[in-house]
Amino acid sequence: MSTVNDAKPIFVGVLAALVVAALLAAASWYLIASLPILLNLPFWGTVIIWLAIIGALGWLFRLIGQTVTGNAPFFRDMPYGVALGYVLGAAVLGWIIWTYIYARTSDDAAVVAKYFFFRVAVEWFIIFTIAAYLFRLLGRYVGTGATRKLFRAMPLTAAFGILTIIIYAIFAVFAQWIAPHGQEQIFAQANIIAGGDPALGGNPDFPLGTDQIGRDILSRLIYGAQNTVGIAFVTTLLAFLLGGSLGFLAATLGGWLDQLLSRAVDVLMAIPALIFALLLMTIASVWSATLGVPLTVFMVLIIAVIDSTRVFRLARAVGSNIVVMDYIEAAKLRGEGLPYLIFREILPNATAPLLAEFGLRFCFVFLTIASLSFLGVGIQPPLADWGTMVRDLSAFINYAGFAPQAASTPLLAAGAIALLTIAVNFVVDWMLHKSSGLKE
Amino acid sequence: MIQSPQSLRLARLGRGADRPVWPIPCIRRFIGNWSLHAELCRYAAKIVTTWGSYGLRSVLGIVIQRLLLGVLTLLVVSVVIFTAVNMLPGDFAQAILGQSATPEAIASIRRDLGLDQPFVARYFTWLGGMVRGDLGISFSQMNFATAMGGDQLKTVAQQIGPKFQNTMFLATVTAVIAVPVSITLGILAALYRNSVFDRAANIATLTSISSPEFFLAYILILFLAVLNPILPSLSNIFEGMSFSDRLEKTLLPALTLTLVVTAHMMRMTRAAIINLLASPYIEMARLKGLSPMRVIVKHALPNALAPIINVIALNLAYLITGVVVIEVVFVYPGIGQFFVDSVKIRDIPVVQACCLIFAAAYILLNLTADIMSILSNPRLRHPK
Repeated sequence: MSTVNDAKPIFVGVLAALVVAALLAAASWYLIASLPILLNLPFWGTVIIWLAIIGALGWLFRLIGQTVTGNAPFFRDMPYGVALGYVLGAAVLGWIIWTYIYARTSDDAAVVAKYFFFRVAVEWFIIFTIAAYLFRLLGRYVGTGATRKLFRAMPLTAAFGILTIIIYAIFAVFAQWIAPHGQEQIFAQANIIAGGDPALGGNPDFPLGTDQIGRDILSRLIYGAQNTVGIAFVTTLLAFLLGGSLGFLAATLGGWLDQLLSRAVDVLMAIPALIFALLLMTIASVWSATLGVPLTVFMVLIIAVIDSTRVFRLARAVGSNIVVMDYIEAAKLRGEGLPYLIFREILPNATAPLLAEFGLRFCFVFLTIASLSFLGVGIQPPLADWGTMVRDLSAFINYAGFAPQAASTPLLAAGAIALLTIAVNFVVDWMLHKSSGLKE
Repeated sequence: MIQSPQSLRLARLGRGADRPVWPIPCIRRFIGNWSLHAELCRYAAKIVTTWGSYGLRSVLGIVIQRLLLGVLTLLVVSVVIFTAVNMLPGDFAQAILGQSATPEAIASIRRDLGLDQPFVARYFTWLGGMVRGDLGISFSQMNFATAMGGDQLKTVAQQIGPKFQNTMFLATVTAVIAVPVSITLGILAALYRNSVFDRAANIATLTSISSPEFFLAYILILFLAVLNPILPSLSNIFEGMSFSDRLEKTLLPALTLTLVVTAHMMRMTRAAIINLLASPYIEMARLKGLSPMRVIVKHALPNALAPIINVIALNLAYLITGVVVIEVVFVYPGIGQFFVDSVKIRDIPVVQACCLIFAAAYILLNLTADIMSILSNPRLRHPK
């Protein structure tokens, strides 16, 4: 019997067994749900009872599967742990669907507020998935042959990543035209609640409300794309210029220069990056007060130097692999100078690893800047910046129980940071997977 | 050569072929941060190999070598920190007294603090103090003393002591939760690789690794403290608290750190085991008819232990950086929050001391990772 013929009955069997198990779970729902309340059990008691039920259902699921499929190998050889895994997954999925419907259909304001974030998370997850799917579909039929081929073998996560990066780039470049107000514009009404509902203290002119001194939060979020992402991008570029050129120089020239640079980089890398950045920022804050140069400039330089050590190591490793090649030898024999060797021979052959590194390095720089800003020593006001916004608005989280829209503003700023790094990581993960040909 | 995927990966790691190849991009956040020590160890390995030919090679010898090199690394780091702090415009005396101080006052403070000494002499005085546990007196305490006239100056060591204990408590709770969970999940992901569970875990861990720590922290606060008041969102920890109270207050920051660290440790455990699954002895075990679980737990895991232990130690070292942001979010009275507060008020002695402590912990944990991986290598433990 071939596996192809096996596949269909097993699928039907799994489906049937899961449906029966789910029906049983639903039938016993009222009975079981009232049990912990009847017995007056605490939270953990409820959890233990539910785990016991799921454990029993796992056994039941396997038994039903064996019976329905006439003891197919899939169910016959299934360990109890795997059966439990299936039922646990089904239970989690069922809980998500049940909670979502409960939150959607409820009239109680307290319930709506309590499940607001859960509902929004589920909805956005579905919207993102559909958007990524459509984007991939679009890419498969529009564009040149090469890009269409690229999109055909693309996982959904990578499509999501590329789509997100494009959207961020649009917001960053056109922030002036997209944002309804200026980032430093101060309005008369401060602390307007998000949501735009006048009954709750909102204002339709400011869909996400205003902050404590009356600046429009939506506009600042959009300008944040320009400032935070832009500054991180410039810092990464600087780090690459510095680390890349020194790394290639060290690889090409070797000798004492290589030793000197490598040992200096080793020392700098022995201190945790964020800690070192904080130490240098302390010193820079004194200097910026003395010299009158904005602290943000110092921050860009400090992070660029700290991150260039990582780039240096990569560029040197890649470069020293290339300088031993025959074509470099040939170029040297032709009498080519150092600039030619570095820019025309080494650089074109090192683009692939450097590009992947650029994506990752951007993520780390972006996260470091966001963390520094969150701690209050990064990008300085009045520039709108996501890390600073999270810190300033974080107290609103405590209102989540009754005013979920107000509580969502700090999470939006933090989520904007997370979304971009996740997107870049998904794309880099896919690129590496593709270039390595690794299937595991 | 550079076009081959294998060398691309190696190049990305910035390391030679002596390292196992991890098929994960985010590892660079942890590996590769640690390099001075690695370089020194490479030299040490050369020396040890030379000794080996004279029959002096032993595990104890290597471990002692690594310890000495760790101390040397710490010394170099202390020079870097001291030099960085001495790049301040003006000096401590001016920083304490402010711009409007009289020259006489500045001169007297300079004399008291020994700032009129040359740079090298000052470094050795400072280093000597550090070794004896004398971390100096913070500016804020000094200002407090001059304003209030009190003579009960708290030294930096006295200020840091209890905060350091709190941070260690947080890190311990995190490790106790994270290590078993991540190893179990990693084994499961390796066992059921390419299944729905494995793919979901892959996406979830990648998401959790790439999110900023404060985002995860606020999400947990939102769901576990505000919407469902299970745990307190602020960790006000004080002296003489009962253990269970303390644990309850620490649980939320520990869970946040667990999320960050578990994702990485789990991916590494999975990769380490899968790396081994292609070996002939694993195939032999499979052909004997052993169950997949038994093959992994009894046969693959012992040999994957070295990289896994390495990753655990590296992640604990990563906790040092993560702890700074997390402590600020939860107002946890640990050394990270103290450090950030001192950075904001430019309290140089405290910043310097905290930085050195963080660096020392970082070096120590990386050293542990190194020594543990030597000890878990049977070829080194049982030399011919």
